[in-house]
This record gives sequence, structure tokens and C-alpha cells, in this order.
Amino acid sequence: MEKQWTAVIRPKRKLLDLNLKELWQYRDLIWLNVGRNFKTRYKQTVLGPLWFVIQPLFTSVIHMLVFGTIAGLSTDGVPRYLFYLIGSVSWGLFSSCLSATSETFTGNAGLFSKVYFPRLVSPVSTAITQIGNFLIQFGLYLIISLVFFLSGNKFSVTWVALLTPLIVLQMALLGLGLGIIISSLTTKYRDLQVFVGFGITFLMYLSPVVYSSRSIKSHGLYTALMLNPVSPLLELLRHGWLGAGSTPWMFWGISLIVTAVVLFIGVLIFNKIEKNFLDTV
Amino acid sequence: MENEKDIAIKIEGLKKKYRLGTIGGGTLVGDLQSFWARKRGKQDPNLKIGEKAYEKNETFMALDGIDLTIYKGERIGIIGHNGAGKSTLLKILSRVTGPTDGAVYIDGRMSSMLEVGTGFNRELTGRENIYLNGAILGMTRAEVNSKIEQIIDFSECRQFIDTPVKRYSSGMYVKLAFAVAAHLDSEILIMDEVLAVGDMAFQKKCLDKMNDVSRTEGRTILYVSHNMSTIRQLCDRCVVMEHGKIIFDGDVENAISIYSGNSGFENLVSYDFTKTPRPHKRLGDGVFITDFTFAEKDKAVFERRENMRFSVGIDAKKSINDLKLLFVIKSSDIKVGVSQTLEAFASVTEGKHYSFEFEFDISNLAPGRYFFTPNIVACDNLGRYMIYDHPVCDIYFTVIDKHPEGISLIASRHGNVMLNPIKYIEK
Repeated sequence: MEKQWTAVIRPKRKLLDLNLKELWQYRDLIWLNVGRNFKTRYKQTVLGPLWFVIQPLFTSVIHMLVFGTIAGLSTDGVPRYLFYLIGSVSWGLFSSCLSATSETFTGNAGLFSKVYFPRLVSPVSTAITQIGNFLIQFGLYLIISLVFFLSGNKFSVTWVALLTPLIVLQMALLGLGLGIIISSLTTKYRDLQVFVGFGITFLMYLSPVVYSSRSIKSHGLYTALMLNPVSPLLELLRHGWLGAGSTPWMFWGISLIVTAVVLFIGVLIFNKIEKNFLDTV
Repeated sequence: MENEKDIAIKIEGLKKKYRLGTIGGGTLVGDLQSFWARKRGKQDPNLKIGEKAYEKNETFMALDGIDLTIYKGERIGIIGHNGAGKSTLLKILSRVTGPTDGAVYIDGRMSSMLEVGTGFNRELTGRENIYLNGAILGMTRAEVNSKIEQIIDFSECRQFIDTPVKRYSSGMYVKLAFAVAAHLDSEILIMDEVLAVGDMAFQKKCLDKMNDVSRTEGRTILYVSHNMSTIRQLCDRCVVMEHGKIIFDGDVENAISIYSGNSGFENLVSYDFTKTPRPHKRLGDGVFITDFTFAEKDKAVFERRENMRFSVGIDAKKSINDLKLLFVIKSSDIKVGVSQTLEAFASVTEGKHYSFEFEFDISNLAPGRYFFTPNIVACDNLGRYMIYDHPVCDIYFTVIDKHPEGISLIASRHGNVMLNPIKYIEK
């Protein structure tokens, strides 16, 4: 009679043996990690939780001054502050997911070398933390937009706004997917870690964060911009909540496919690396 | 016990290979440079001058074919010198890193404690850390909930449980961490010297707790330590590792004697003290011990009933009366010292070299490995005892018992010294 083993440790794991069931068993750890991230983030700071919202508020003010007032870029006729605020809040979700998860292995080497748990727990908790962060900031956006609306500013909320949960999730998953690919590669090549910082800034200018896609007249340039998987997401959010920008449905379709592929590849590489990363990190 | 159903862990042909030298240049550019240079048959630009290029076949086997079957409820100790592969084995078992070859089959939930307080967050309170650490070690929130009171009691930190752990003393910190680990529900526990925490009382408490869970709940424990006394207290089976292989697997006492007999150097027969440092300048001023030799032996191993014979060479730098020899004998693993009664053997005159021969009855010592440092003692003119020379060097010898009569002495159970028999008083 063959004995049923709880676990078998072998040198190589099958490529598709992702063990997501185990991840589910550790869901308590994911939530505790998320709780920890929130609790410890701004401990011993004067402004405390206010920091969650100060960053996007001020970034938007800067954007408004630099790109709106000085450069005079169009915001499609909607209030400038709202235009930049929704842009930086949603971009913030993607970029923080990407940068935080890209440090999974290098940042947790100490912990990972001492105890086993499904390594995906770490980036997943990080991504959930960033979604929570986003929800707080987005709540703030809604309050500010209500204030703007009540004081007579003109903008419209369209039905596309109903897609927000899906878009937010996709944005987080895209950041997570890219992040874990980078974190898997940084176990051996530290160059990528340096690249992440400036890569994100670079990517921001390739996405309609501080400008409107409508102001791009060249068709080729517009297509190129929209092939960036983050662009259609930003556009849809802005269209839903402000009525500005466009609704690039086809590009959103492409973006969904890209997200799925990136996430899949990310999980595969991550899964392959996690077993022996300790020997190379 | 040979039933397959009772197996908790089965290890088959487990190997772990490490490549020597730096792995990669650390940067993508560096790796590409090295790769390109090797392709063209040129020298690797990233190697330091004089450094050897480690080829693919230059590897190090941290584990070289481990086969081990552990049954449920066994408390197994793993001992061996640094670099023997103990920690690598535990790392593979706890799935922190993967093996190169072989397989491990595990039956039952397993938790490992390679370090106490893994994943503690300094900003969080004790209570929050219990939940977090519990979850990292594989407990669900509900499990922690049901045990939190026990954990807090065990940790002896109730008063501070809602204070961030960064304000804790290091002792409180490890106590709290161990308390969480000790309340894990898993059937198999892997521990790497974690018992070396806290004060003596807490260490004992931890050991008792481990003994308790193993005996009453039938848990399997794997314990790696350099502390032989905890191995003795906790384990009922012991494995000795050496160079990535298991060289012994069996009862604890035999394992420990193999381990300590194997500690890298032999029991020498003769010692030269002319260049050995003395702990104090004054020592060696009056008489100077030049050498020590066990007589008629090629290894310092003695049958319990035979007398230890040795000679001591002395340079007399002053004239001193009534020299006495004092040995403080210690055991290799338990530091219980024994000394012998002093007896004057000679007086020396300035400027002469002597070689004295001695005979020493060691039948009171239990079998085991011992070491001592020789001291030359004499009374000064005020009648006080004074140490004249004390070279800092341990002289090792092993006592064996070829024909145990009655009970055979085991140092760990009966102590190292056997006193004279208890006399019956006839009325």
C-alpha cells in the first residue's frame, strides 16, 4: 500500500505546480501582513495616517502648477486639480505595486532564509496593501470631486465609472506581475533594482498621467501610447469619473491580455526562483 | 517500528551541491562580460588577480547522500561539527532551500524554528506579534486565538503584552518568540539550537515543554545543537554528521562519545610547554614546567583499572621546597571539575632540570574523555599555597571500561566520579 505523504521535497518542481491551494491556506498570514503594513507604515510620525493622502494631494498641486499653469497642457475642459489628482492616485496604485513587490526577495531574504511559507504571500500582501492605500486616496478624491461639483465646476461622471473595481484590480495585478518578474530576476542581477526607480518615472511619462491623450494629434503616437497596458486603464478611469479622455476599448482588451500574460509569466518565474533563491541572492 | 505507517520523515539520497567562488558577478553587465570573455578564450575581466576561475565542476557537497528514516514520536538529535551539513539538512527539511538530488517524504504538518522570533515586527505590540509570528509559522488565526492566553502565560510577558516589542529587553523578546513556537500544533518540530535562549529557568521550562509535547502528544522532534546536555535531556536518538554524511545513527550516549572523540584532534601523548603562554608573568618564575609525557602509550587512552603513568619535566629557577602537583580535571562536555589531593613530591634547587615520574589512580573516573591543566603548587614562607607554574594547555585523556562490573558507569547519568563504596555497618 502506498503511503500518503503530506509533503514531498524534490530537487525540481514541475513548471506548472503552482500550489495556489497552499497560498489559500496561508490567507490569515496575508491579512496579518496587510494589517502590519498599515499599522507600522507611519508609526512615530507626527501626521500619522494623514501621510496616506498628503502625497497625492501635493503631487497633484505640483502637476497642476508645472503641467497645467506653466506648460499650459489641456485637461479636456475638466477641473485641472481633479484631472491630475485622479491621474496620480491611479498611477500611484500601479507604480507602488510594482516597486514594492519588486523587492520581495531582496527585502525579505532574512525572513525567507529562516522559515517556509508560500513566498507568493509576500507580494500578494503587498499588492493588497497598495489597493487599500489606493481606496483611501480614492475616497479622498471622491470627497474633493464632490466639493468641486457643489461649487459649480463642470464635469460628468459616466457609466464607465462602474468598471472601476475591475480596472483597479487589473492595475494592481499588472503591477504585481511585473514586480514579481523583476524581484525574481534581481535575486541574481541587482541592476534591475536600480532600473526600477527610474523605469517607473520613465513609464509615467509614457502614460497619460500628466497630460490628456486627446492632446496627441498623431495617430501613430496615440497607438503607441495606448499599447502601454497602463494607459487604457488611466484613460477609462478618467473618462468614468470626469468625462475627460477617451474610451479605448480595443486597447483595453489588449491591456487585459498583456496583464494576464505578465501575471502568468510572473508567477511561473517566481515559482521557479523561490526554491533556490537563497543560494544566489 | 518498521511499519511504514509510523514514518514521519523519510529522507532518500539527499544531496546539496554548492558552487564554489562567487556566483555571478552580481550584475547583469558583469556576467555578460565574463561570458563574452570566456567565449573568446580570454581571461575573465571580473576575476581578481591570482584568483582561480572556478569551473562548473568545482563544487562543494554540503550534503552528500543522506538516508534517514524518522518514526513518529521520536526525538532525534543531530550533532556534528561546524560545516558538517546539519543546518543545510534542516534548511532543506524546512523547505527554505531546495535539494540538488534525492527526496524527502514528510507525513504530518511540520514547523521549523531555525531562529527564534522570525518575522517579528519591532513596531507591533507583543500581542500583534504573536498573531503575526504564529501565522508565519503556519498557524491560523483561529488556532492562535484558542492559545493566546497560554502563550502569554508561557512567555512571562503578560504585563508588557500590549507594548511594542522594540521596547522589550532581549530576554523578553526571545521568551515571547519561543512561547509562540512552543505552542505550535504541528506533528513535526524542527529546531536549530533555539533552546539557547533566555535565562536558565526559562531554558529548563522550554526543555520541559518540548519533552512534554513529545511524550504526551507523540510529536516528532528534530533538534540540532552543540549543547550536549540539552541533546541528552531531549533526545532519544541521535545522528552524528560529518562532511555531509551521516556517520552514526543510534543511541544518544554513543553518538556523543563519537562526536567528542572526533573533535578534530587526537589525545596526544606528549606535550611541550617551553613556548606555551602562562596566564601571569609571575608563573614559571620559580619552577617552569617544560614538558609532560604519558608513559608507555601511543594514545592517551586508559583502562579504568590501570594506573595513569606520566612524567613531568621541570626547570628550577629558584630553590623551592615540597613541590606539589595539582590537576584540575574537567570533562569534555559537562564542566564538572575534579581535583586530586595534594602531596609533596620533591624539593628543587635553583638552576637544575628535573624529570619526575608519577603514577595516578583513575579508577574513580567514569568512562569518558577528560582534560586537565597541570599546576605546580608549593607553600611560600608564610605557609600560603601558591601556584608556581600553570601552562595554558589542555592535556586530554580518555578513560574506557573494558569489563564493567555491576552497573556500567555513564557520565551523564551517574556523574564523572565514583566515590568509594558505601559501607554497611554490622550490628
